[in-house]
Amino acid sequence: MKLEIGNIIIKDVKFGIETKVDNQMLFINRDEIEALVLKDDRIKGVSIELARPGDSTRITPVKDVIEPRVKVSGNGAIFPGVISKVDTVGSGRTHVLKGAAIVTCGKIVGFQEGIIDMSGPGADYTPFSNLQNVCLVIEPIEGLKQYEYEHAARMAGLKVADYVGQVAKDLEPDEVEVFETKAIQEQVKAYPELPKVGYIYMLQTQGLLHDTYVYGVDAKQIIPTIMYPTEIMDGAIISGNCVSACDKNTTYHHQNNPIIKYLYARHGKDFNFTGVIITNENVYLADKERSSNMTAKLSEYFGFDGVIISQEGFGNPDTDLIMNCKKIEAANIKTVIVTDEYAGRDGLSQSLADADVKADAVVTGGNANEVIVLPPMAKIIGTDAYINKVAGGFDGSLRSDGSIEVEIQAITGSTNELGFNKLTTKSI
Amino acid sequence: MAYKVIHYINQFFANIGGEEMAHVTPEIREGAVGPGLGINKAFKGEAEIVCTVICGDSYFNENTEAATKEILELIKPYEADAFIAGPAFNAGRYGTACGTIAKAVQETMHIPAVTGMYIENPGVDMFKKELYIVETSNAAVGMRKALPKMSALTLKLMSNEADLDPTIDGYIPRGIRKNYFAELTGAERAVDMLVKKLNDESYTTEYPMPVFDRIEPGKAIKDLSKAKIALVTSGGIVPKDNPDRIESSSASKYGTYNIESVLNLTGDNYETAHGGYDPVYANDEPDRVVPLDVLRDLEKEGVIGSIHPYFYSTVGNGTAVKSSKEFSLEIAEKLRQDGVDAVILTST
Repeated sequence: MKLEIGNIIIKDVKFGIETKVDNQMLFINRDEIEALVLKDDRIKGVSIELARPGDSTRITPVKDVIEPRVKVSGNGAIFPGVISKVDTVGSGRTHVLKGAAIVTCGKIVGFQEGIIDMSGPGADYTPFSNLQNVCLVIEPIEGLKQYEYEHAARMAGLKVADYVGQVAKDLEPDEVEVFETKAIQEQVKAYPELPKVGYIYMLQTQGLLHDTYVYGVDAKQIIPTIMYPTEIMDGAIISGNCVSACDKNTTYHHQNNPIIKYLYARHGKDFNFTGVIITNENVYLADKERSSNMTAKLSEYFGFDGVIISQEGFGNPDTDLIMNCKKIEAANIKTVIVTDEYAGRDGLSQSLADADVKADAVVTGGNANEVIVLPPMAKIIGTDAYINKVAGGFDGSLRSDGSIEVEIQAITGSTNELGFNKLTTKSI
Repeated sequence: MAYKVIHYINQFFANIGGEEMAHVTPEIREGAVGPGLGINKAFKGEAEIVCTVICGDSYFNENTEAATKEILELIKPYEADAFIAGPAFNAGRYGTACGTIAKAVQETMHIPAVTGMYIENPGVDMFKKELYIVETSNAAVGMRKALPKMSALTLKLMSNEADLDPTIDGYIPRGIRKNYFAELTGAERAVDMLVKKLNDESYTTEYPMPVFDRIEPGKAIKDLSKAKIALVTSGGIVPKDNPDRIESSSASKYGTYNIESVLNLTGDNYETAHGGYDPVYANDEPDRVVPLDVLRDLEKEGVIGSIHPYFYSTVGNGTAVKSSKEFSLEIAEKLRQDGVDAVILTST
């Protein structure tokens, strides 16, 4: 499967009479987006706001971040099985509005939505402070149940991303990247002298607003399976998570999975990147055992010599991470795991809820409990009324001058476990 | 003006004598003695050892409290800027003494303290969280390497230089996890690490896994009808109104409660002190957490021999592993003394 990604660089965003790209400027027709979102009768109102890097702007409570993409050629369309027909994606050509994002926010769904600061110290902790963000502040109708609200907000974000992405269809990309993974036998033959490497992609599926969808299926219900890495770039996996903001994978993270990116970067040189296994993080022990048995079995079946395993979330999924690591190592396959830490505000506690000596190659995205003070911002997109309640906040987090003292847990994407950021932790 | 530093050594390094002289009581000498000369040299005039405290290892360890007090009194008049103890290398009692006195100085005089030990010295585990312990070799042949590191770290601490790093400053990591921005993203670091692991090259894990205690379950009891069974819980069941005031979270104690004449734990007489779960069902029927009712039935039916007359209870919610270990060691010892054959442990 071969996918060409054509990047159309976006350097600024403005409202305009037509949604289009002109000279690296993204224009947004506010009314059309509003009308599109309001087609869902569960949504009472929506306000469209723009946030640019460097603005004195805080976006919160953030639910999801999505990159606008469009299929130019090849099978299917963006977000298959969710907002387009359930075709297999990942081949042909896809155009991306690189540098732009759709951010869904508004009244809280759960307790675990995040903060994006576009400037100041908080901006260093979230990758989304570098993007031209089109924010949807969603207001649900009265009495809407939280699951329905989460669904409505999720669909609104995906639909708007699809609508905005369409403008890239006929544009000439500023750069084109090509990614290719062949069918397994062919791929193995391509570099017979190199070690075969796979990627174990753990998806958050604890339920109760902690969900991920694969081609439209709730990943709780899947048995671990194999995917071409390029399928993921076309939106085969989307986020439905209201799990702690710092280490949930937004849809943007899935579309731009950096482990896949860097495995491709060294593919054919240092190793032969032969495939991705997706798995889940269910709460029942039998599910954990079954899924980790499957990841180990598939890794062995595909003849991997080494794998990277990435986690999503923390606590309960630490056990899935360690089970995957232990069982894959037991099959004589070398592992590197990517996680983050909850070592307490003082950094003195044990970082993970599970451990094993076999997990001897760990990359960490940082201690989510570390406390940060975020200065007041001139503009709030959404509302800061929930700051004390979100995971990472505490009574008194929001101060009277609008500044915020929170654990970095509350910052969207801050300790991402796909290795998206440079943040990490050391023992001192 | 040069910083003033106080140095602590044992009788051996003060050239008083070996084990036969380990009983000597604390004494103070002006200026540097023994290893202190090397420290002074490494200070290069930026700091100076103003006095040396000497104490026998046996005396210190057998009279820890008194020795600590005496030493603090002796050094007080020197108004020093920092304190150095050792290095103790792999000497266990010397390491414990260095750690104890350095910690006491740090806490009471509010000046930085530095010591040096071999990684396996028992003093390391006891004090690494509170103290900067420079890692040394296991014997005094490593003196020449240890002293410059200890001196440099002491100078850094006195000048309030932030951003200490164990890999640069040579001290044993204190186990404090601190965030920083690396040069590469996590994904790049992960791919790098995998390539190294595949090539059998050395790499450094970013989080060394802690070793969890894994306790093998005891052997099955052959004849239950003769066994004495005890109940122990972290579910917080206590007599009504929580007479021992066990905390609802992060418990600092456990309770011991007589159930000799109790047939079952009712909501009238018992409740839970636990703050980590919905207490409605436990308060309604405390047997749900400590199953005394069923156990009494089994006792009557002769399935089990007898029930231990006491149950032990604490709150597991947010309670430190260290506290839990202390409780369990005490409880286990009492159970052993009372001839208990088996324990039913209930959590929530």
